[in-house]
Amino acid sequence: MADKLKPHTYKRREVLALAGTGVVVVVAGIGLFPGAASADAAAVAKAIKKRIGDKPMKSGRITLELPEIAENGNTVPIGFEIDSPMTDNDYVKAVHIFAEKNPNPDVATFRFTPGNGKAKVSTRMRLIKSQNIIAVAEMSDGSVYMTKKAVKVTIGGCGG
Amino acid sequence: MAKARVKVPKSVKKGEVFQVKTLISHKMETGLRKNKKTGKKIPRKIINNFVCTYDGKEVFSSDWHPAVSANPYLAFYVKATKSGPMNFKWTDDDGKVTDKSVNISVSG
Repeated sequence: MADKLKPHTYKRREVLALAGTGVVVVVAGIGLFPGAASADAAAVAKAIKKRIGDKPMKSGRITLELPEIAENGNTVPIGFEIDSPMTDNDYVKAVHIFAEKNPNPDVATFRFTPGNGKAKVSTRMRLIKSQNIIAVAEMSDGSVYMTKKAVKVTIGGCGG
Repeated sequence: MAKARVKVPKSVKKGEVFQVKTLISHKMETGLRKNKKTGKKIPRKIINNFVCTYDGKEVFSSDWHPAVSANPYLAFYVKATKSGPMNFKWTDDDGKVTDKSVNISVSG
């Protein structure tokens, strides 16, 4: 087989050749997990796209406050603050919160005006299990910022 | 009937950024829960929109999804401009609106 010639690297061809033998089960098994993860990621990506379109997202400017471990998934405190002067010419327009593994990744949208003085909010949300929380902030100049943080959930909320 | 509560400082100085705390009693039924006896899904019924108006302008608003906890608590900030009412409006899935108004007293 080809692996006699190149013992240290696995080319696509070789993987395919292996898949043709008994190794196929293992390969399929490995394939399942990235598939499941990307399904969550795809749902979140779709939800984000629905809110902001295809705009590029930068990191920074968002401080996301979440407990490291949430005992009760029915009421998980969440707070955020966006670094912005909140003047008529430069303010935060909206912040969208997403929960990667909830049945519906949308959590809430908050719309600000310069009259808020600062873009800081705290509220409570439901989380079905341990997951990443994503905050996306839209600025008045059209730029978009994103940050994410993991929360461990002991008892899931959402019901069902 | 949903019961709403709002907390703001007794008085604020002009230009001061103050915290507004709101709380409303509501089950926020997600639409995912099942009735344990019948096995039927309990239909979704949540507050999906919140609006705060101050000094004649909509100063802050929010859209909620079923992931917002029961008895939604929301705290945010507003910059004091002048004395007058601050109005709050929570809208239910079925269109029912709960209103609340507090007076903002601005000095200086």
